[in-house]
Amino acid sequence: MPDTQTNRATMDGNAAVAHVAYRVNEVCAIYPITPSSTMAELADEWSSAGLTNIWGNVPVIQEMQSEAGAAGTLHGSLQAGAMTTTFTASQGLMLMLPNMFKIAGELTSTVFHVAARSLATQALSIFGDHSDVMAVRATGFALLASGSVQEAHDMALIAHSATLRSRLPFLHFFDGFRTSHEVNTLELLSDAQIRAMIDDELVHAHRARALNPEHPFIRGTAQNPDVFFQGREASNSFYARLPDIVQATMDDFARLTGRTYHLFDYEGPADAEHVVVVMGSGAEVVNETAADLRRSGAKVGVLTVRLYRPFSAAHLLAALPLTCRSLAVLDRAKEPGATGEPLYLDTIAALADAVSRGVRPTMPRVVGGRYGLSSKDFDPAQARAVFDELLQPEPRHGFTVGITDDVTHLSLIVDQDYATEPDDVVRAVFYGLGADGTVGANKNSVKIIAEEAGRYAQGYFVYDSHKSGAQTVSHLRFGPRPIRSPYLIRSASFVACHQFQFIQRTDVLRLAAPGATFLLNSPFGPDEVWDELPRVVQQQIIDKQLKFFVIDATQAAADVGLKNRTNTILQTCFFAISGVLPRNEAIAAIKHSIEKTYGRKGRRVVEQNFAAVDGALARLYQVTVPSAATSQRARPPVVPDTAPDFVRKVTARMMEGFGDDIPVSAMPVDGTFPSGTAAFEKRNIADEVPVWLSDLCIQCGQCSFVCPHSVIRAKYYDQSKLAGAPDGFRHAPVTARGYPGTEFTLQFYLEDCTGCGLCVEACPAHSAIMPGVKAINLEPKAGLAEKERDSIAFFETLPVNDRARVDFANVRGVQFLEPLFEFSGACAGCGETPYVKLLSQLFGDRLMVANATGCSSIYGGNLPVTPWTRNGEGRGPAWSNSLFEDNAEFGLGFRIAADTHLDLAHSLLRSLAPDLGDALVEAILTAPQIQESEIRAQRIRVAELKTRLLKLEATSQAARDLLSVVDHLVRRSVWIVGGDGWAYDIGYGGLDHVLASGRNVNILVLDTEVYSNTGGQASKATPLGAIAKFAAGGKRTARKDLALQAIAYGNVYVAQVAMGANPQQTLQAFREAEAYDGPALILAYSHCIAHGFDLRNGLAQQDKAVASGYWPLLRYDPAMREIGEAPFRLDSPRPTLPFKDYAYNELRYRALAASRPAEAEALLKQAQRAILEKYHNYEEFAQMQAGPSPSKSTFGAGKA
Amino acid sequence: MDLGTRYLGLTLASPLVASASPLNTSLDTIRNLEDCGAGAVVLPSIFEEQIAREQEVMDALMTSGIDSFGEALSYFPSQSSYAFDIERHLDLIERASSAVTIPVIASLNGVTDHGWIEHARAVERAGARAIELNIYFIPTDLALSGAEVETRYLDVLRAVKASVSIPVAVKIGPYFSAPGHMALRLAEAGADGLVLFNRFYEPDIDVARLALVPSLELSRPDEMRLPLLWIAILAGRVKASLAATSGVETADDVIKYLLAGADVVMTTSSLLRHGVGHMRTLVAELGQWLAARGLESADAIRGRMSHGAMANPEAFERANYIRVLQSYRSR
Repeated sequence: MPDTQTNRATMDGNAAVAHVAYRVNEVCAIYPITPSSTMAELADEWSSAGLTNIWGNVPVIQEMQSEAGAAGTLHGSLQAGAMTTTFTASQGLMLMLPNMFKIAGELTSTVFHVAARSLATQALSIFGDHSDVMAVRATGFALLASGSVQEAHDMALIAHSATLRSRLPFLHFFDGFRTSHEVNTLELLSDAQIRAMIDDELVHAHRARALNPEHPFIRGTAQNPDVFFQGREASNSFYARLPDIVQATMDDFARLTGRTYHLFDYEGPADAEHVVVVMGSGAEVVNETAADLRRSGAKVGVLTVRLYRPFSAAHLLAALPLTCRSLAVLDRAKEPGATGEPLYLDTIAALADAVSRGVRPTMPRVVGGRYGLSSKDFDPAQARAVFDELLQPEPRHGFTVGITDDVTHLSLIVDQDYATEPDDVVRAVFYGLGADGTVGANKNSVKIIAEEAGRYAQGYFVYDSHKSGAQTVSHLRFGPRPIRSPYLIRSASFVACHQFQFIQRTDVLRLAAPGATFLLNSPFGPDEVWDELPRVVQQQIIDKQLKFFVIDATQAAADVGLKNRTNTILQTCFFAISGVLPRNEAIAAIKHSIEKTYGRKGRRVVEQNFAAVDGALARLYQVTVPSAATSQRARPPVVPDTAPDFVRKVTARMMEGFGDDIPVSAMPVDGTFPSGTAAFEKRNIADEVPVWLSDLCIQCGQCSFVCPHSVIRAKYYDQSKLAGAPDGFRHAPVTARGYPGTEFTLQFYLEDCTGCGLCVEACPAHSAIMPGVKAINLEPKAGLAEKERDSIAFFETLPVNDRARVDFANVRGVQFLEPLFEFSGACAGCGETPYVKLLSQLFGDRLMVANATGCSSIYGGNLPVTPWTRNGEGRGPAWSNSLFEDNAEFGLGFRIAADTHLDLAHSLLRSLAPDLGDALVEAILTAPQIQESEIRAQRIRVAELKTRLLKLEATSQAARDLLSVVDHLVRRSVWIVGGDGWAYDIGYGGLDHVLASGRNVNILVLDTEVYSNTGGQASKATPLGAIAKFAAGGKRTARKDLALQAIAYGNVYVAQVAMGANPQQTLQAFREAEAYDGPALILAYSHCIAHGFDLRNGLAQQDKAVASGYWPLLRYDPAMREIGEAPFRLDSPRPTLPFKDYAYNELRYRALAASRPAEAEALLKQAQRAILEKYHNYEEFAQMQAGPSPSKSTFGAGKA
Repeated sequence: MDLGTRYLGLTLASPLVASASPLNTSLDTIRNLEDCGAGAVVLPSIFEEQIAREQEVMDALMTSGIDSFGEALSYFPSQSSYAFDIERHLDLIERASSAVTIPVIASLNGVTDHGWIEHARAVERAGARAIELNIYFIPTDLALSGAEVETRYLDVLRAVKASVSIPVAVKIGPYFSAPGHMALRLAEAGADGLVLFNRFYEPDIDVARLALVPSLELSRPDEMRLPLLWIAILAGRVKASLAATSGVETADDVIKYLLAGADVVMTTSSLLRHGVGHMRTLVAELGQWLAARGLESADAIRGRMSHGAMANPEAFERANYIRVLQSYRSR
């Protein structure tokens, strides 16, 4: 009998799956990857909190160095008999591939839970499609698909049950983000139901098959041609049985829960003529559409695929009506060059076989199409277009839907006005900033409505690509029935804009339905706000007859001490005017929810939020809407008209949120994009910006050195250049000696500033008479940015300072070097980007960057724009990202290619010397190219060489060959950049090999001590005693000493730097590393939002890290041996600060002290001891005399 | 030698009390203080503002950057519970109360009525034997009259007294127009003891950076004169116990306070300067001083030189001041 007792909950797909997986496993081998990381994080948190599985044990959660490592550990754990699972996606799944073949070949029970995600091709994408799952369909795993949060929850259990019954491993997948991150109402399986689905006898059988010295055997043999083939076929019967086993499991599940599933679930009339076959969340959309079409009499049906492998043709044929005349098979993947995508091929093969054998009388017309790649929203309008295509006399095969393909013309025409949503579903869209808590409040509203009011709710959240000032769009549905619409809202009955500035640049009313309610967070009251709106917005409000409300939530939040956390206030307003719940009931529910959410954070936080609720309605006003638009305000253009064609036609469209409309023809065919586009994206996200007091400034360069967003630029110039300077252009005489008549300007790009305040903290120039005033001070931005535009335009007309004349050796000089990495979307106050910017300043015009996947690849290369740019001569960093795990190898490839082509160029030069001129050739071949002046001189020679070669080009093959590689004659600077997750963990093997190669590459590790990009999971760089995801109970081992490991090679330049503690040492290390003719490794302390402190104090915190001895500054320069010096130098003094005085400024340490004081204290003591011991060891090492030189690199031709 | 005394209705083995200081946050130190002869120990103050601030900061940091970026919707594992400063403090009271036999006194520094009462109840539940109200209040609002300030002190005291059953002392500053009268009113309002005097935060100015520098100097022996004067004036004239604090460096200083009439003598600065073991020295030297004079208890000297006990009490009054000035001129 089904357990009819309702157990309703609200959670996202990841949580729904993890809830089951955790309970039915003994071991979870994990590694973070979006969008699956949450499952592993929850498992770790539960394990840390002592939550038990169905057998009463706390599962062991083991983070590994990569998904390959996780798969290996999982394989071993399975072979040793433990119930073991893992969670992954995309590239992670690819790394598990080899083990998957093994695990399946050995008929081993396990379930991999996969939040299906695009595989990186022309670009990386974190979003969802089935390309990863399709890539593993040959492994022998059973593939089971879910299309909703409820299904993901249910299928997780069905998979675990069926894997035990069948001995075949399962891959249970659901759509990344669309299902993994959708918050929805579901019936939660009780522990008893879960228990009932897992047969302990089968668990015992699993254990009995394990390796055991008490009854030994061997597994994993090597087989020869005589038997391998037969061995491979020996497991066939297991696959043959599996479909029936899965169906039986589904039937058992239905008996327990009342929720019925089939391998292929057909929904539609028995005499359907047109059927769509689809898998995953898309099936929900097609079902919703088909139901609507059937109301108009269409004979359409939908076949939802749940068990994709083994593909049971018999079950498919049984489910598909014989009346079906045309069939469209939708694949959420692309297989270039195939006759169709995988699901299409399987379907058509099953049908063709059936018809050929006479099992089925006729062959329907079958077409395949692609949809929804990389979470491209798939809605009923698109599904309708697919059905429409089936109705055509000649439906096209190989179509796409959801894009405009104006090149190969494969895309279907979609009627955008078509919608299927019922009127009794409330649809609300909220525009907010990441920092204002909009998403959190909306998740909370979903919970309130779904759990407290007995209704159904769904929430889906769209984030932009920036880590600071990111816009979020929340799509919420509330209704009386379960909500199964996995697509973005097209027509909203409630629209809220939580940031007034969005009105100026985003079409927030695009989705507002006629008569909808519009709530605007506005500093202007009900009587003033109308005149502050752009005309287009006024017209939309009038035309759509919107009910318009305003609230000054920012002020209301400030009144109760919540600063810019406007979430509770705006949530209260939503409930007050949306009518989703009776007002008083809603307010009581919000307060109850506040108690639940904030109760454990302390009384103070609860009371503040209560006050916010109480104060909200007093500031909420309905605006009387005039009958005509009166505003003269127009939305400013997204990019200036002078922007390059590509930026205007493609980049700008993405920036304003219309990327979905960009046609195929506008997209680069190979993922190549122009540099320097971040400069066009004036985001204006800072509330406060730096203002320069030129008379106080000592022109030291510290501010621009530490600026994470490259918004502080310095130039010196002859005072005569000031002619024509606009009013307000700031300048001061150069303070250094020897520059008479020379002026200095620090120009602040205020529209690009994030207001992080690091420049103010770095500024050493205090006013002698005005307390608290420095040469740079933060001031409210209102009005300043506009005024500064003329100054910036003028500043850009001033000549860039000659690199050959700038002193690279000190921080003061570096400010005059043009940054070729600017205005990134990194977190405000990011600790990584100042290093990246420095790299671009020092070597940018000859720089090649291999960038590991992670924060730096996202703020460096996530569309719509890139901060990597070019200088006035058109030169700049050449940047690429391969993978997470292979970055060192990728960069080594750069080096090898560069060296090879340099050798070729040298050889061709010599051979062409008689034609080119011996003197020029000799000068080029022997140019030292260490100092910038030497590089400039070489550039001039190479330019002359090109001129001479062009004259020979027509007649000389050698000249043409040399022209193809001539750029290599200017020394290239190859840098391999990435975070600690890459360097210490997943890429360590490669990094180690590259260090050992002796090649002239430079490796910059932006060491935040966690996987920052995926939300702060522990790496081997995570320090002892800190909490992190996957180390929720505090890390129990010290961080790996990667510096010492690299030093052990003897011929690797190694530096450990912390810009906030000693910028000069940082600069020195970068220059020495680059100049060193061999491998170089720099470990750069990078403060991070995942450390848990106000990043404005980032530099001071770096200083403390060094002062405590936790992060000693050091350099190991093998070249010093050549001059008889000791290569190892400690650049920071002995510890002067207790570790605690550094560590306990950060939440990552304090949180443990707050949750487990005794353990935290013990770990703190252990950490302090370890720091002092390590420092002592370093000191001893530093005192050692220079020994004989280790074997010199045999490579390194890259430097003359 | 009987060094025993009564303070706040509690029987103490010694009149030396370790006053509120960061030293007293470790159980080992508290045990050590008992071993060295301390009669009681006052734990560091629970600052209501600090607790509220801690909760705000933790919440702000935990939620910083969340729900902003698709790959990182949070940056920390969620913790099932937090032991904020207050919980850690209550835990310390609990552990200390069971680890030592001397009374453990909790010190509170509140802001709101709610805060005073909530924390007073909490420390009582945790096992504190008494409460010291550290009414640390600088009336920067110039509209606030002296009478209003006094009322505030009395209101806080009454509110706390009404909510707990353990004895309550009030630590006050000297800046009342009539400290003696204020002391009487506090005693009437239920104060079981008065701790004289609180030292207020007096920031310095950094002339190079033009910034205020938070600093709290350890008390020096010459700072004991003011409390000594008022202990002497109040001894025997208020119902409440009297605790002297400030300026204790040697046993002589302890003796002076006892002579003036203090029931207990508190010290922190000397322990910070010389270590916890200094408590043993103070206690021993007090005993030696008494023994050398053939006295068998500390009670024998308590209040011998108080205002009420002196044959010539005007020595505490204006004449004393005049004499000081005259003697200065005559040098």
